[in-house]
Amino acid sequence: MKRQPLLHPGLNLGSTDEYSHDVSEPIIFGFWVFLMADLVLFAILFATYASMSVQGQAGGPTPIDVFDLPSAFIETMLLLTSSITFGLASLALKYKADSLHLVFWLVLTFCLGAGFIGMELRDFWVMIEQGAVPQRSGFLSSFFLLVATHGIHVTAGLFWMLVLFLQLRVFGRTTEVKLRLMRLALFWHMLDIVWVCIFTFVYLFGVAQ
Amino acid sequence: MTDETYTQDFRSYCIGGLLALILTALAFGLVVFEVLPNFERLIAISVLAVAQIIVHFRYFLHISWHSHRDDLQLVLFTSLILFLMVGGTIWILFNLHEQMM
Repeated sequence: MKRQPLLHPGLNLGSTDEYSHDVSEPIIFGFWVFLMADLVLFAILFATYASMSVQGQAGGPTPIDVFDLPSAFIETMLLLTSSITFGLASLALKYKADSLHLVFWLVLTFCLGAGFIGMELRDFWVMIEQGAVPQRSGFLSSFFLLVATHGIHVTAGLFWMLVLFLQLRVFGRTTEVKLRLMRLALFWHMLDIVWVCIFTFVYLFGVAQ
Repeated sequence: MTDETYTQDFRSYCIGGLLALILTALAFGLVVFEVLPNFERLIAISVLAVAQIIVHFRYFLHISWHSHRDDLQLVLFTSLILFLMVGGTIWILFNLHEQMM
């Protein structure tokens, strides 16, 4: 069987909800443009970090002194798993008539995301306890700026998810709510991509050098 | 028909998730066990990261050559912009650093 053409990024609702699928294209394309602009923001923070991390240490701690690689690895796994569970939530949104599966996967995604934020805050706290505060050096300023900007994005995603839980409860699975969930899915997967870059170019590079 | 598309979609997320977990574990392993010489190791983990980004776009965001609108072109154009900004910044600032030493 030939696959239906994809109208927009993310899971398309084509085969189960024709109406939502038909109205989704411009709405999701607009959000896609926002996500690309958001990537540009992160790129600038990465560029700042790249130039600061080696040359901006100001005699202070180096990446290998302050990074907790196993902790960053666990955070990566949490976020990756949350991306997979959000994918399963998208599948439940598309194929399951009841909301039970959908809510189950979303709650799991929420817990994994909250766990990620919790571990990240703990890492920040440990670094600050060691005296590796943002104002110590250019390396640390740009590190906290980059990683915390990502963390704030994830936190915003968690709040967004809470709002959608309420909307699912109040409005049910209307087209609007479905499209909002699909945009949150894109946001969530995109943040995962940004985290892959942070894990590789900040944590792994910092420790490997 | 719905069953068939369900299997396809489900498989997409499974393959993507599995590949992403493997690629992350590989990159982590390379660094923790110090497998390759320094420079080669950095190249290897960069390649793994790019591979993982492509996996995410393909299997989670469902961007492909069959994408309808300009989704793919937009990603490629953004990548070009990112490459120019990040590459240019690193080039200029590292060059400046060398000149100042």
